[in-house]
Amino acid sequence: MSQGTAGTATGTATTWPRGVTGELLARLRDEEDRPALGGYLPVGFPTPARSVEALKTMVDHGVDMIELGVPYTDPVLDGPVVQAAAQGALDAGTRLSDVFEVLAELTAYAPQVPVVVMTYWNPVLRYGVDRFARDLAAAGGAGLITPDLVPDEGADWLAASDAHAGGPGPGSTADGAPGLDRVFLVAPSSTPERLRLTAGASRGFVYATSVMGVTGARATVGDRAEQLVADTRAAGAEMVCVGLGVSTAAQAREVGRYADGVIVGSALVRTLLGESMPGHAVPGPPHEVDDDEWAARLGRLGALTAELAEGVRTARAGSGADTPVGDAS
Amino acid sequence: MIREGDPVPDQPVRDALTETLAHQVAERLADVQGPYFGAFGGRFVPEALIAALDELETEYRKALGDPAFTDELARLHREYTGRPSPLTEVPRFAAHCGGDGAGARVFLKREDLNHTGSHKINNVLGQALLVRRMGKHRVIAETGAGQHGVATATAAALLGLECVVYMGEEDTRRQALNVARMRLLGAEVVPVKIGSRTLKDAINEALRDWVANVDTTHYVLGTVTGPHPFPEMVREFHRIIGDEAREQLLERTGRLPDVVAACVGGGSNALGLFNAFLDDDGVALYGFEAGGEGIETGRHAARFSGGAPGVLHGARSYLLQDDDGQTLPSHSVSAGLDYPSVGPAHSWLHDLGRATYEPVTDDEAMEAFRLLCETEGIIPAIESAHALAGALRVGRRLSEEGRTGPDGGPLSIVVNLSGRGDKDVATAARWFGLLDEGVAAQELERQEGRG
Ligand SMILES: Cc1ncc(COP(=O)(O)O)c(C=O)c1O
Repeated sequence: MSQGTAGTATGTATTWPRGVTGELLARLRDEEDRPALGGYLPVGFPTPARSVEALKTMVDHGVDMIELGVPYTDPVLDGPVVQAAAQGALDAGTRLSDVFEVLAELTAYAPQVPVVVMTYWNPVLRYGVDRFARDLAAAGGAGLITPDLVPDEGADWLAASDAHAGGPGPGSTADGAPGLDRVFLVAPSSTPERLRLTAGASRGFVYATSVMGVTGARATVGDRAEQLVADTRAAGAEMVCVGLGVSTAAQAREVGRYADGVIVGSALVRTLLGESMPGHAVPGPPHEVDDDEWAARLGRLGALTAELAEGVRTARAGSGADTPVGDAS
Repeated sequence: MIREGDPVPDQPVRDALTETLAHQVAERLADVQGPYFGAFGGRFVPEALIAALDELETEYRKALGDPAFTDELARLHREYTGRPSPLTEVPRFAAHCGGDGAGARVFLKREDLNHTGSHKINNVLGQALLVRRMGKHRVIAETGAGQHGVATATAAALLGLECVVYMGEEDTRRQALNVARMRLLGAEVVPVKIGSRTLKDAINEALRDWVANVDTTHYVLGTVTGPHPFPEMVREFHRIIGDEAREQLLERTGRLPDVVAACVGGGSNALGLFNAFLDDDGVALYGFEAGGEGIETGRHAARFSGGAPGVLHGARSYLLQDDDGQTLPSHSVSAGLDYPSVGPAHSWLHDLGRATYEPVTDDEAMEAFRLLCETEGIIPAIESAHALAGALRVGRRLSEEGRTGPDGGPLSIVVNLSGRGDKDVATAARWFGLLDEGVAAQELERQEGRG
């Protein structure tokens, strides 16, 4: 790529591009000495309208950053919980246009909370990469997390993300140098060479998958997560968030000691699934849940978000910061 | 070109010539390597899998140059699979594709006679030997018709590997006998109950398993789809089909065929056969996709008639998808062709115009299925019956156009008989109403798990 261009190579006096989310992460780190809490929910589950309520509930209970999932028919990096919600969203008729509408509503509601859209690549490809970037920016999105797009295949996205401004949020680039955040993933299996490549191509933060596997709540966070974060930083990334398998406040606290952000997905999504666990017969389509039941689920979502928010706020705080917390699981 | 006796050019000229020659060699369509076939292919997978794909590519390229590997594979082909597979001329069947002209000679490449009953074993043995070289002890596979699952379970038994096969729940019903076969061979069969419950969803589950267990596990992908190096590697393991057929036909008829035909699910049997003829301009290549109930009904698996380029399962290729890029469900009477995408090399050959892809409906395929049974005493897989139906259509069309072979003789058509039809007897019995009322029908229903 642009080998001869000053400032793009690793090393020397370059500053890593913080983008919209990276500025938030830096502020929380420098001013509050804590990691960010990122919450994932798919658009459209159980319906587009109710997914907005759920997203606002997360905002109200202390989430710092939102990962907005695009429901997709073939989510190969997702476990049963997120699969069920994505399928429910599609069954409820959710379209790609809903993503931009939900996004706009959300960023209007909480301009201080950056929203990164998490999507498999084909919907973007079909929509048109530059057109997607433009509409994402217009709706106030901070950028994209791309679970099945590695930088090697991302030339179109690298160009499109440079051509449109991300925001709102503390690092909004709307009135400065343009650039949507582009969050690529690293895994425990990534070689040092690939970590360098990925860190060099990312903006905002790098998403470290704590375990080898798909999304889903786990009893323990992978023991390779901390090393992976350190390796990714050493490879040139300033900001690294950890996702996959973080589901409790204790885990958020543990991961928050060393990561710039903690991303929780399946555990939050699960509160919205109610009793209808994947693989089991569901009593009627999920979007036909009555108002009382829905309110109860939102209540559980809010409670879990608040616990997780408390978790990241106590990850490093006080003298006990280095003591491993809550190893009770 | 430099001929013997030409004056030896000086060094810079020689260098330039070498470069040109190297370029010409790479220009041979049959030698094009991944990750890209034109605008198609690539690696659209989670980062977690990249290291394993790199390892696989390295090991695969090393193995191809290692006689210990190639000799062992050749021995297995010969002694275990029973290769070379015969080339059978089928004149009574061929009588149905001529017009008034000289007609056509039809030759079947008999992959149905391989051990396990289809071409799938060629690829599986190659990959299984690689697994051993990589020091892994567990293999996973997806399967649609069950043929690839059976082949993988077979190779796993042969080499003492643990084996898990993912199969859409819908397919476990359509191909119940193959489920039992895999279990007999010691494999665990996992019915996949999400999405459309067919091949596509089985691949999703296999990929999820692979991401979680990649340290110990190899994913034996069953066709020329998926992330690099699978499309190239699986083509390599199947090129023996075309290499043999080409030699057999030259020996039999003294010339190359006019038409080469194969069914296209993911595209492995077709690419394996096509590969040997890609650079012979006079040979017309035809791939036949599942037209299901007809393109106009939307219930089909004809990616080149009803699809557009997109990404699924790690590769960019033609894909059945809606305006939002969501994968559309495919439909076919044959589980092995019931897949919404296709190997990237086929998309490349399609866009190049080097191969022609046409849909064949369920009805047409079943008619050809029965015709081969009755005229030649060969029961084909329903997948392969799509190729037979397509060959009949092309043969008739060319005859009507007055096309003949050289010197006015008959056309020469090679059809890949990719598999045998034992697994499809229940489907055919129901399709044609072949069972007597009462006991037999009940027994069939019971076996199929529908009773
Ligand atoms: C006999 C037979 N032919 C063809 C196919 C289609 O696969 P491909 O297009 O990769 O040859 C299958 C797949 O299961 C099969 O079993």
